[in-house]
Amino acid sequence: MLFSEPRQAEGSWVSSPSRLAITLPYYYETRFSMFRILKQSLRTGVVTEAAPSHNDAELERLGIEVRRHIDARFGGSLAIRQVDAGSCNGCELEIHALNNPFYDVERFGIHFVASPRHADVLLVTGPVSRHMETALRRTWRATPSPKFVIAAGSCACDGGEIGVSYASCGTIENVIPVDVKIPGCPPSPVDLLKGLLGALEIDR
Amino acid sequence: MSRFDWLSEYLARLEDDHLIARHGDNRALAPAHRLELDAEDWGPAGRIAAAMGLRHAGVWADPLGPGPMESDTEIEGPAIRVQACLEQGGDYLILQTLVSQARPVLGSHTPAYPGVDRLERHAQDLTGVRFLRHPDERRWTRHQAWSADDYPLRADFPIEGRSAGRTPADVDYPFTRIQGSGVYEIPVGPVHAGIIEPGHFRFQAAGEDVLRLEERLGYVHRGIEKIAVGRDPQGLIRLAGRVSGDSTVAYAWAAAQAMERAAGCAPPPRATSLRALLAERERIANHLGDIGAICNDVGFAFAHVQCARLREQWQRRSAALFGHRLMMDTLVPGGVAYGLSETGFRELRLDHAALHKTIEPLFDVIDDHPSLDDRLIGTGILAQADARALGCTGYVGKASGLDFDVRRDSPYAPYDQVRVEVPEETAGDVAARVRVRMKEVRASLWMLDRLLDALPEGEIAVPFPRPEEGAMGLGLIEGWRGEILCFVRFAEEGRIARYFPRDPSWFTWPALERLIHGNIVPDFPVCNKSVNGSYAGVDL
Repeated sequence: MLFSEPRQAEGSWVSSPSRLAITLPYYYETRFSMFRILKQSLRTGVVTEAAPSHNDAELERLGIEVRRHIDARFGGSLAIRQVDAGSCNGCELEIHALNNPFYDVERFGIHFVASPRHADVLLVTGPVSRHMETALRRTWRATPSPKFVIAAGSCACDGGEIGVSYASCGTIENVIPVDVKIPGCPPSPVDLLKGLLGALEIDR
Repeated sequence: MSRFDWLSEYLARLEDDHLIARHGDNRALAPAHRLELDAEDWGPAGRIAAAMGLRHAGVWADPLGPGPMESDTEIEGPAIRVQACLEQGGDYLILQTLVSQARPVLGSHTPAYPGVDRLERHAQDLTGVRFLRHPDERRWTRHQAWSADDYPLRADFPIEGRSAGRTPADVDYPFTRIQGSGVYEIPVGPVHAGIIEPGHFRFQAAGEDVLRLEERLGYVHRGIEKIAVGRDPQGLIRLAGRVSGDSTVAYAWAAAQAMERAAGCAPPPRATSLRALLAERERIANHLGDIGAICNDVGFAFAHVQCARLREQWQRRSAALFGHRLMMDTLVPGGVAYGLSETGFRELRLDHAALHKTIEPLFDVIDDHPSLDDRLIGTGILAQADARALGCTGYVGKASGLDFDVRRDSPYAPYDQVRVEVPEETAGDVAARVRVRMKEVRASLWMLDRLLDALPEGEIAVPFPRPEEGAMGLGLIEGWRGEILCFVRFAEEGRIARYFPRDPSWFTWPALERLIHGNIVPDFPVCNKSVNGSYAGVDL
């Protein structure tokens, strides 16, 4: 009903000559775009970068205690449920960037999941808007223990430009317990990666 | 052709209906023309505008606080000024009227303009202006954080609110339901299964087909309009840059433009060129990300990875040259915060050439790939009539045959000096929206080089003079999503008394409800992504 004419269903190779005339260009077209894709992919090569250094002061600050805690309980793999509790969507853009080929966080065993019930970690952004307050609490309750909460972004860490008001509860800490804070407006993917890697302590 | 050739006809039609329209001071909200109406004429004036085919660009209410602001009014006690913006052919008209805060009642524009439905309900929830004959009496922005008889934007409402306890979920919002054999309901959100903003979607479906989609937003209402009050110009630009983070440059520019018009301040030519440079960079970054994401939603990972890579490189250059990956806080009142060095200039040139070279084969694949065509062509069709009725701008309007673009049709510096190519498609489906966005990437890239060619020398900022008390300004900027409107009024000592930004998504969210109709539930993500409304931008 919605689709354009079903081109794949146009017929098989062994159809009548007139059918073949319709099918052939389609076949070559497909082959041709496949070549174009391969060409583009090969020309691009691998852009993924080495993980940022673990030894800098920022990771120290994130706390060796938290790291040990996670290592013991999550066995080197981390499932993250991201929750926007009232952000301006700037943080979401940078969290998205973690999945781009430059950062490619899945190689560290970090992946984003679709349900809090599958998650080890809640990665929460934004000040908590009052309209999201109950939704955030419920998401937190739906996450199985042991769990921990990362507050990402200035608003999440200290209220940022928004703060506390009739519409906003302010920091994440005002609503649910927070284990790690990653400040920045928004934090860059490297900041996020450092925070996450620091939490996980991946030995390479 | 002389500008504004429709205004005299509009005035004549108002007169035919015995509506009294007084001309306001046209300098106050330039480039818009201003008409002052009696409150009882508000609804009919909207109906007449709709009959003439004018586009409604939004409505907002401005509680003027205690004390009569206008000497020639008969209103006693605090008043609320309501303003609406109409547009045709690039000419803007502001209708305004005053109502008393004690009995703030106006005729609704929604029966004639379905696109302003939620804007009127937003104004009602935040200022208490009641719109009579509005077809939908439900709350919109208000959930449970304040009560039905409280209005946060009024001066007597404390910024910290009146309830200190936990805010319950808004569970008893009365969604429209469809009854019938085999009809079922799918509630989605507010916490979505991805890295997305929160909002609630209520589908009524039969089998795979969507019979009805109803959106319920307001979850990220952060009280932007309230916390803007009392800020200084610099503080407002910082806040404006965080209304919708993906449009930070466009919002900051709209706020800066409104404040500069209110203060009679002209930013230097180099500053406006650099602002345009930043805004076009923002457009390209977002289009690249979304084109990839749309392809990803139909399982074409190749384009997603390629676009994400290009976007990342683009953002890194922004960070290196303008101090921020999303270019936040790059604008200041009166100019821009970052200049462009000789090296930066050369790097941009090389970047533009490199991106141009990469996107051609990539867009070639996206434009003409059988598996993409099968999923995107004919999916999520927004009819031109619907787009026009709702007042859609940006790529949503352009893909449905409405080629309005503020940069071309009501040009602001520096777009009055550079040719703006506005792509137009007529199919109105997801594929058309993708094609428009690919064309916009190309056009912006071309424009970036023209801006560099003609980059004026000189200052990048001028001192921002303190605006008079009561000074108002209107900002109109073509953001990457479409036309952003921004209203600013100043209080004493150059402080902000009212800030209202109107995101283009106010009109494209209802378009999504229409274009999903008859599509299958699994195609919702790609339809949604192709429209990509801002949640934060409309929840405020």
